[in-house]
Amino acid sequence: MTTPARSANAPSKALLEKIFRTAYKIRVFETEGIKLYRQGLIRGYFHPYLGQEGIATGVCAALREGDYIASTHRGHGHCIAWGADVKRMVAELLQKETGYCKGYGGSMHIADISVGNLGANGIVGAGTPLGVGAALACQIRGSDAITVTFTSDGGSNNGTFLESLNLAAIWNLNFILVIENNQYAVSTRIEESTRETDLYKRGLAIGVPSFQVDGNDPIAVHDLTREAVELCRAGKGPVLIEARTFRHMGHHVNDPGKYMPEDELASYKERDPVDRARNALLEMGGAKVQEIAAIEAEIVAEFESAVEFSKASAEVTPDAFREFAVGY
Amino acid sequence: MAMREIMYRDALREAIDEEMARNSDVFIIGEGIAERGGSYKVTEGLLAKYGSKRVRDTPIAEAGMIGVGVGAAIAGARPIVEILYVDFAMLGMDMIVNQAAKFRLMTGGNGRVPFVMRTQGGAGGGVAAQHSQSLEALFYHIPGLRVVMPSTPSDAKGLLKYALRQEDPVMFLEHKHLYMTKGLVPDGEHIIEFGKADIKRPGKDVTLIAWSNMIPTTLAAAEELATQGIDAEVVDPRTLVPLDKKTILESVSKTKRAVIVQEANRRGGVASDICSIIQEELFYDLDAPVTIVAGLDVPIPFNLTLEKASVPQKQHVVAAARRVLHVDPIELAAE
Repeated sequence: MTTPARSANAPSKALLEKIFRTAYKIRVFETEGIKLYRQGLIRGYFHPYLGQEGIATGVCAALREGDYIASTHRGHGHCIAWGADVKRMVAELLQKETGYCKGYGGSMHIADISVGNLGANGIVGAGTPLGVGAALACQIRGSDAITVTFTSDGGSNNGTFLESLNLAAIWNLNFILVIENNQYAVSTRIEESTRETDLYKRGLAIGVPSFQVDGNDPIAVHDLTREAVELCRAGKGPVLIEARTFRHMGHHVNDPGKYMPEDELASYKERDPVDRARNALLEMGGAKVQEIAAIEAEIVAEFESAVEFSKASAEVTPDAFREFAVGY
Repeated sequence: MAMREIMYRDALREAIDEEMARNSDVFIIGEGIAERGGSYKVTEGLLAKYGSKRVRDTPIAEAGMIGVGVGAAIAGARPIVEILYVDFAMLGMDMIVNQAAKFRLMTGGNGRVPFVMRTQGGAGGGVAAQHSQSLEALFYHIPGLRVVMPSTPSDAKGLLKYALRQEDPVMFLEHKHLYMTKGLVPDGEHIIEFGKADIKRPGKDVTLIAWSNMIPTTLAAAEELATQGIDAEVVDPRTLVPLDKKTILESVSKTKRAVIVQEANRRGGVASDICSIIQEELFYDLDAPVTIVAGLDVPIPFNLTLEKASVPQKQHVVAAARRVLHVDPIELAAE
């Protein structure tokens, strides 16, 4: 199966604005975050979500409070789309006590269990079984909540991809697995890692309703996720979604990504998900240019104040750490 | 308190049954654990009592099922994942080591993982190298895991109930030879906190530290030593993490001699770590070097004679105790 037809009802302006706000917030977070990294304020690894914003944005807009998400090492976008507080995200990246994980986790481990964010993950593919586990917990509790795991073309070649999706299938879990197929596992091209590059077909082989969508079209991603949610709630879950996309950079900020063909990158940049979200809000939502400019200014200001907040925050002291670590 | 004599496997079942009745978040998944009741009959009857939502068979997919258990725990449920052999848990090591063990710290404490993996290890019966290992040292080494190795029905029940009420990932390591052993278990609510060693036999001449299936072996050795006029104290830590150093050190302070008995092969084992703790704390009180009795550093062979030769037997414990008591200096010098 491929992209389903656009839903008959045009998306509301409120939804289009939500989608644009999220996509733009991710874009600003990553673009400005890279500057902080270059200044030496952020250390460790930083895997930008630039170019892939349409997926987290579209998927999360179709979910509701009480649902769960599990993310990847490239996790800032999912976190923001899930409604995370940018202040606490920046503080985490700056190793501060006010961060989501008090500076114990960093970019690859931001999680907020209290709102169902099961966390980013430093091990490619690991979020898949964890997400299935959350979906299982929901089913046992009699909840109809949905769990979404974001994985990748890289993660889909890990053994737990099959093991977990199969478990979700035999147990009819409310689980949606989203493959963000950005076509590179670090630097290895998808054609070098699998013979069948239509990754959604892997779900079909084990009886899972499976779809492919243009990951750079946040509204299409949203519409498909809505359908997947409905399938789950009708007892037909899990669902596999393959969202095609492309990174705007290398694997992380220090990877120049020279292995990515320039013309291909250019063609994806022409279909930039943030631009498409903006245009949709302008054209389908009838927003005025000034409205958009106001939203953008607000988001940039929010990021700037998050940086100020984080710079002013303290770090966990070694004494507090030793106390926290008792019992390990 | 009134006591009943029941088998180790029945004690485990009672713990699971009571905790499932008490808390609807407790559930169990594993291979052949539902209708079949598990290879060791630990889960017999639970499917009929709690239904197929909370008692589930899984495909043979250890990494997936361990990961699913960890995910369910992160989401606030209390999963028990039964892994048929500890050897098979190796397929799920990413989920145990990189996910379950790390999650609490990585999230600055906002996430907890009340995940219990029940499995069994140990040699016996000719099941060969991939079904006979004692792998507690692997888990012991990883900060963030709890490692529990009950030796009696009473400990099995009390520790498993505690495991299902605390908030960290637990490696609950049973022994294939213990399932049919019997022991007294108190009636009513019976919970044993982690980190409390149990003195399985009081004595004054030498401290024998052992756990899991080495407890029956070590108690038998202590009885033989008693016939030789040697009064051995047998200390069972019961949980390796957290380790009750206090009880171990108090015993060795009293006897001034220690033998540590582990079924696992010696290299990099838990016994070596306990040995280092004792010598660091009590070096000037000791009357003899701390001695380790451990399995050979080899994969366990299939041949039953060779299998037996691979893991400690009663006579090895007796000989080690006599050695630290300087009873057999000449004989041992010739070894």
